[in-house]
Amino acid sequence: MNAAQVWARRLSGRSQSAKPPPPPRSGAVLEEHGPAAGPDASRGVILYLEDITVSFDGFKALNELTLYIDSGELRCIIGPNGAGKTTMMDVITGKTRPDHGSAWFGQTLDLLSLNEPEIARAGIGRKFQKPTVFGEHTVYENLQLAAAGDKSPWATLFKPLSGEQRDRIESVLDTIRLTDRVRARAGALSHGQKQWLEIGMLLMQGPQLLLVDEPVAGMTPQETERTAELLVSLAGAHSVVVVEHDMNFVRSIARKVTVLHEGRVLAEGTLDQVQNDRRVIEVYLGE
Amino acid sequence: MAVTHIDIPGGRVLERFLPRPLRGDAGGQVMLAVLIFTVALVSLLNLAVPASSPLHLSTYAVTLIGKYLTYALLALAVDLVWGFCGILSLGHAAFFALGGYAMGMYLMRQIGTRGVYGNPVLPDFMVFLNYKELPWFWHGFDQFWFAALMAIVVPGVLAFVFGWFAFRSRVTGVYLSIITQALTYALLLAFFRNDMGFGGNNGLTDFKDLLGFPLQRDGMRVTLMVASAVALALGYLACRYIVTSRAGRVIEAVRDAESRARFLGYSVESYKLWLFAFSAVLAGIAGALYVPQVGIINPSEFAPINSIEVVIWVAVGGRGVLYGAVAGAVLVNYAKTVFTGALPELWLYALGALFVLVTLFLPKGVVGLLRARKVSA
Repeated sequence: MNAAQVWARRLSGRSQSAKPPPPPRSGAVLEEHGPAAGPDASRGVILYLEDITVSFDGFKALNELTLYIDSGELRCIIGPNGAGKTTMMDVITGKTRPDHGSAWFGQTLDLLSLNEPEIARAGIGRKFQKPTVFGEHTVYENLQLAAAGDKSPWATLFKPLSGEQRDRIESVLDTIRLTDRVRARAGALSHGQKQWLEIGMLLMQGPQLLLVDEPVAGMTPQETERTAELLVSLAGAHSVVVVEHDMNFVRSIARKVTVLHEGRVLAEGTLDQVQNDRRVIEVYLGE
Repeated sequence: MAVTHIDIPGGRVLERFLPRPLRGDAGGQVMLAVLIFTVALVSLLNLAVPASSPLHLSTYAVTLIGKYLTYALLALAVDLVWGFCGILSLGHAAFFALGGYAMGMYLMRQIGTRGVYGNPVLPDFMVFLNYKELPWFWHGFDQFWFAALMAIVVPGVLAFVFGWFAFRSRVTGVYLSIITQALTYALLLAFFRNDMGFGGNNGLTDFKDLLGFPLQRDGMRVTLMVASAVALALGYLACRYIVTSRAGRVIEAVRDAESRARFLGYSVESYKLWLFAFSAVLAGIAGALYVPQVGIINPSEFAPINSIEVVIWVAVGGRGVLYGAVAGAVLVNYAKTVFTGALPELWLYALGALFVLVTLFLPKGVVGLLRARKVSA
């Protein structure tokens, strides 16, 4: 897509995908800064990715990727470097626009017609590979920034935090075990604590779908274990997509695993199934 | 760590009577106290002490202080966008000058028949340039309220439109700085032209009175200085309100990690846009107060170097600390007054050296130095 098309899309606020995607029925309209107008997952599927292709200078980072995530599911995505895992997350969160394909959040929200903040408010939260907390802000302020609610300049300028949001911060602080560091600068936390804080920020957003990129990188075994527990406990009420390299970790949480290779799905199934898949062994596990 | 209160007896009790944005802001409390004290003292020494007394303060000094205060308000506007949101505007003097022109147009219309050509409607330069009637955009400027409104609206709207295009296109960092320079330079060239209808090269000058009171009178000079001080104090409170609110946390988040703020659901462009426009309004008010005190406004106020100088004031005072910007503006301009009096040709070198030294050795400015002292003591 060239720059003019991107602009045309931004101005019209509509997707330009040529073929109408199959599952959805109507386009939902989001309020400009308003809280999440949640996705309609009535058919049991929360995320539809179909024929997504993204190329960078001729290199196809995603090659007609088709992937469905069920509502309430915990899915692990594995694959060698360059398989397209991060690019897939970029497409879902609106950071990268695919060359073609369609991406729908539930039945009604066309992700390709929304920008990053709109997608975040619609209920997709993302945890980055490298912990990206706001280092100059305190732990409390980081959670406050992430809190779901009206995010317009007007509201943040004149309205104080609601009691509900404050209670939520307290409970998340408890979950991520940072209650005693609440006034600390986030930049002064240890690596594992930063990872936790970022997971806490994700929880504050109250998303329907959590995209978690390498959550246990740099964590101690105990922290890893607790992260696994937390992610498992989140599944059910939320849908969780985890990208991870650590096979032991994947084994401890995964029910269903998708293997990406060269921008498309190579295999899907339980960890044992994919580990015994000949093609998977060839490209990834057999290294 | 920031100093949060002043250690004086009863200080804690006093805190409770302060407006909310000032609580826990020891530096700001000191700054406002110094401001009130200075303005009161200067007014007294100028108006109440007879001219024969050695304690008498000249009207020239009053005007000089008034001018510094308007510069301080401009620095505050720049610090708000640069220090807190990371928008390095190198064009804020343009908003200052536009506010100044709005006030200048009112002052021109106030001259009336006392001009050289005695035309009751057309200012002198228009008669000289053979204008037959008042250009449409000069209408309404005979009313003070209209001129005051325009001093706010014109910079605000220009900043809004400029910001709309720049921020929507996600122009950031040094590229944004460069186009703000281009903005002020374009305005400089435009206002230089005689047929723009703003007095061209010579600008607007020869002002006689404001709201019916002669500008040259001592009482008027003091009034303008006091008005500048009030504007600075209110501007400071407004900026403090913004940076201590939840929006302040969002703005800093945008400064530190813009795309992360976006993924949290914040419309980064809206925040930048409103902050930038508000900051331009502050600059416009500063300009409107500056012009009646210095008695002239011409296109040189749009010169790119002026905007860069403002950034130096903020850097010297302490970027990201509001009272630091005020301190920086007053300090550097006082130095400029002294220096340009003694060694005028060396001033620009001194200013450049100051900027380099501050960047290298005092990244948090003079205010950072004071804070470091307090912590180590």
